[in-house]
Amino acid sequence: MNEPLIKIRDLHFARGDRAIFKGVNIDIHRGEVVAIMGPSGTGKTTLMRLIGGQLKPDRGTVEIDGQNVHALSHDDLYALRKRMGMLFQSGALLTDLSVFDNVAFPLREHTDLPERMIHDLVLMKLQAVGLRNARRMMPAELSGGMARRVALARAIALDPMMIIYDEPFAGQDPISMGTVVDLVHDVSDAMGLTSIVVSHDIKEAAEISDTIFLLSGGKVIESGSPIKLKRSTSPWVQQFMQGLPDGPVPFHYPGTPFAEDLLSGSEASDYD
Amino acid sequence: MIESVLRGLGRWGLDLLWRLGRGHLFLWEILKGVPETFIRFPLLIKQLYSVGVLSLMIIAVSGLFVGMVLALQGYYTLVDFGAEDSLGVLVALSLVRELGPVVAGLLFAGRAGSALTAEIGLMKSTEQLSGMEMMAVDPMRRVIAPRFVAGVISLPLLAAIFSALGIIGAYLVGHVQLGIDAGIFWSQMQMKTDWSADVVNGIIKSVVFGVVVTWIAVFEGYDCVPTSEGVGRATTRTVVHSAFAILGLDFVLTALMFGG
Repeated sequence: MNEPLIKIRDLHFARGDRAIFKGVNIDIHRGEVVAIMGPSGTGKTTLMRLIGGQLKPDRGTVEIDGQNVHALSHDDLYALRKRMGMLFQSGALLTDLSVFDNVAFPLREHTDLPERMIHDLVLMKLQAVGLRNARRMMPAELSGGMARRVALARAIALDPMMIIYDEPFAGQDPISMGTVVDLVHDVSDAMGLTSIVVSHDIKEAAEISDTIFLLSGGKVIESGSPIKLKRSTSPWVQQFMQGLPDGPVPFHYPGTPFAEDLLSGSEASDYD
Repeated sequence: MIESVLRGLGRWGLDLLWRLGRGHLFLWEILKGVPETFIRFPLLIKQLYSVGVLSLMIIAVSGLFVGMVLALQGYYTLVDFGAEDSLGVLVALSLVRELGPVVAGLLFAGRAGSALTAEIGLMKSTEQLSGMEMMAVDPMRRVIAPRFVAGVISLPLLAAIFSALGIIGAYLVGHVQLGIDAGIFWSQMQMKTDWSADVVNGIIKSVVFGVVVTWIAVFEGYDCVPTSEGVGRATTRTVVHSAFAILGLDFVLTALMFGG
């Protein structure tokens, strides 16, 4: 197979004393849809920010298209980011701009296209996410699902080579969930985008991805196609893929035993 | 006990130095973005409106009342010495040298500074700043620099308006209510107010306060903890630190300008 578009090697990252990544290795090939999954708190969003160059790793490298993201100068990093799209969980729309202006934002910032052409391009992107007729609305008037679709239209405005989705399915009602799943799939397919979906919604992520990387304890503990993972014999992978409340990952946050806590009397409180 | 106090003091000192360092690096980043702000004029105009024009009302009303009160208080003191004709001078010098820049600066920190911090803090907590970075748009240049320039331009103008309306307020009280001769009021003021020693020094003060207040406001917003509590604290810090900075710097500047 040809050289991967994104190559993560021996990635180490810690927040204070807490190690988040202890040697993560991931290869993502061009045109692939990859899901990065794991329980909450495994640092999925942190990984996304490391890939986007917003955080610096303590050790290890992230290479995108042959460029080491964290060795780039400010200008080169920004040039690389023009070829990356990122969809934040909240949408991260600019609240003082309308839907149209939000999608037009990267075009106006980075190109000298005439307004007529920007108008057409924005309408095409909004048409693709089904919100052409919502273009005059302000972000505050949108539902969560709509905001995410607008953010998707904005993320693909500059026709990037890759796109990173942060929890695209979280907190969606069933209809908008279905819409977003289809959109992520269609957009990747139609534009031949390399897509990274950071998520913990197993069913949806398995539906659209070619490869899944499961993160836990700061490492990739399993990777492969959704089918391979479902057949995995690892009890941890089984617990995660089937969503069982108890197993190798305990239901209770580790600490003192229940009986001991009950006998210890009252808690110190701020409300005294 | 002593050890923990010392440790606390050390941590406080280190935090302070750390923040000061970050603040100055931040200012350097802003200054690098300033030239572009003048090229992208519409962004600056929008900020001049929200930072400057929207602060006009509170500045104008406060200026008028401060001038009126000054005139009343000044008159009752001066009249005992038969020196009520100097009311115009008293009011003009107080306003142009001190009260204009200082009170306008304090009001500006409360009205515009806190709004800037809250706006930038909320942009941070809703990931709008991160979103911009990932769209390869530098928030320092797109968001922070235009707001900074708008603040630095606005405060001297607002301070001038404050002083002018204060003088008009003093005239209304002095001439219309207390019956001081209008000709004397204005001519004394013109004669005894010096352009470079009084007016220019006042303008320099307001420029300095404009830089410091806006710098504090945008830095606090950008540096805040991105939670509702964090934004609230940052907004409070903007107003408190700005007030300290204005009053402290006013003393230093006054000593430098009028002390010699």
